[in-house]
Amino acid sequence: MNSIRARLFVILIATTGLVWLSAVGWIFVSTRAEVERVLDARLSEAGRMVSSLVSSQEIDVQRVAELGGTVLPVPSHIPYDRQLSCQLWSFDGTLVGRSDGAPAAELSTHTAGFSEAQIDGETWRVFAIENEERGIRVLVGDSLRVRDRLVGDVIKGLLFPAALVLPLLAGLIWASVNRGLLPLDRMANDLSGRAAADLKPLPQDGPREIRPVIKALNGLFAKVAGAREHERDFTAFAAHELKTPLAGLKTQAQIALASQDEKVTREALGHIVSGVDRTARLVRQLLAIAALEASEVNGKPETTNIAGALRSLVNDMSHQDTRDVQIRIAANLDGLLVSIGQADFDLAARNILENAIAHSPTGGVVDVTGRSEAGVAVVCIADSGAGMAPEELVRATERFFRGRNKTAIGSGLGLSIAALALERSGGVLKLSNRPTGGLMAEMTLLAGRPS
Amino acid sequence: MRVLVVEDDEILSNGLAVGLGMSGFSVEVAQTCDEARAGLRAGGFDAVVLDLMLPDGSGLDILSELRSARSILPVLLLTARDAVEDKIAGLDAGADDYLGKPFDLDELAARLRALMRRGAGRASSTLDWRSIVIEPASLTVTQAGCPVRLSRREFSVLHALMERPGVILSKGQIEEKLYGWQEDIESNTVEVHVHHLRAKLGAETIETVRGLGYRMGGTGT
Repeated sequence: MNSIRARLFVILIATTGLVWLSAVGWIFVSTRAEVERVLDARLSEAGRMVSSLVSSQEIDVQRVAELGGTVLPVPSHIPYDRQLSCQLWSFDGTLVGRSDGAPAAELSTHTAGFSEAQIDGETWRVFAIENEERGIRVLVGDSLRVRDRLVGDVIKGLLFPAALVLPLLAGLIWASVNRGLLPLDRMANDLSGRAAADLKPLPQDGPREIRPVIKALNGLFAKVAGAREHERDFTAFAAHELKTPLAGLKTQAQIALASQDEKVTREALGHIVSGVDRTARLVRQLLAIAALEASEVNGKPETTNIAGALRSLVNDMSHQDTRDVQIRIAANLDGLLVSIGQADFDLAARNILENAIAHSPTGGVVDVTGRSEAGVAVVCIADSGAGMAPEELVRATERFFRGRNKTAIGSGLGLSIAALALERSGGVLKLSNRPTGGLMAEMTLLAGRPS
Repeated sequence: MRVLVVEDDEILSNGLAVGLGMSGFSVEVAQTCDEARAGLRAGGFDAVVLDLMLPDGSGLDILSELRSARSILPVLLLTARDAVEDKIAGLDAGADDYLGKPFDLDELAARLRALMRRGAGRASSTLDWRSIVIEPASLTVTQAGCPVRLSRREFSVLHALMERPGVILSKGQIEEKLYGWQEDIESNTVEVHVHHLRAKLGAETIETVRGLGYRMGGTGT
């Protein structure tokens, strides 16, 4: 059952009904016992009364026997009483007398106390008492049908109003359930009436039961709002970073067109060429970010040999890429295996290396070293540039962030691409300043298993 | 017409310096908020071209600092964020004009001239003194209706003097209008330009006030 409302309603109706039925059952049993007790007492009292009447010779048994023993006096016509029958038997088995409406057959054969007997298909409760003095056995009985009807009337008296009240009760329960669920409805209305961009938190003052839901929802809202903000920032930065080089290109092109001076024209054209290079690199990096975010890491962990990957990376870099900077790959990297896809590692390492080269002075050295710690491998790429101010270090992997010592070619994306590529395999990029000057980028990755 | 360009992109700021220079502006470039503040403290600018996203902060901070210091220096915002609400935010923060990237160099120059004209309280886009008329937009000069050919620097000197014809400008003030920070100033260039101007427009055009500087001829009492 998917509706809380229906579930609550059914549970409440079922339990109320069950309580009611148990009450009816209990009343039935106790009423029945009480009725038995009272009627049995009446039977025995009536028996004794008749016996005492016989003893005091109020009833002349002899005479009655002579007359043929038909009718005894005191017939009563109250409906229940009519069912009370009395027979007087002599010890020799002659019916001395019987009350009005009493059957002619012997009610019971027992001599004293209570018993039950079947007469004409009806069950009778019979009380017998013997009057030794007069030689008379008195039998007083009533039909069990009467007792059943009494108990039945009491139960009917209980069930009849219940049948009437039950629909009313159902209505009340339904209304109460609805009222109880009102805060949920209110929350649902609040949420469904919202515009897509409305991420303000829900009020915290709801009932205690739905507060965890409200809290979880508010947490989600905050996360979505953060992501949205991030996206907006990214779009604003991307617009700036794409439009600015375009503005530069256009300006330089207009200078080249307007200038009469050949030197100015040539310089402008040179700026256009490097501007196009820079923009192309920016576009390449934006596409790399998009690809990293769109693709999923396949489940099987891959292992990459760092030294091999780095060497082929450095070999691929043209002289223009490396300028006059020397890249030294330490021997302790040999044999170091990390758990990351080769493509992701190349992307991360290439961007960090490019960053290191761009910030190195001409003729500088970029040192690549490695070390193995408990379960992880750390690859360290350190340059001899100016490093970063502490407040810039924490923001360096933000997209489009460019520090004060930015280079002309930099886009502010390289280190964020590296961090993103490492994160996909559970790796971490840590940036710090070297004590001797320059930036140190440490890639911490899970150690790989040899295949 | 000295302009401070605050822009961190090297290709664009170089383009602005060269391109606006070709339109008769002398341009200085600041690449960070700090450099811009230093430049503004030094003073001597007729207008500022301001980028919003700078490596060490937002151009809007510079703008609000400028306005809270009660400066009426014309400021043109140059930015990639050119949605209507960004323009409104920029103008309300005290900018005089707003241009989205990428832009047209000639349009930027025209807007800067308009800002400076308005800043100087002039209605016309041309300046005239006696029979000499100069048109900053086309860098052309006519004397009694005949065009006079001037170099860019000569034009700048004449423009600076004709902006307020009665006012004496010192040699230093004229030099400031001619060069950016980075350029070496040859000590006697202003004299050389004034000499050429006198040769082309007539000796009495520019008057030397001894010990003080120069002004347009015959405006003194």
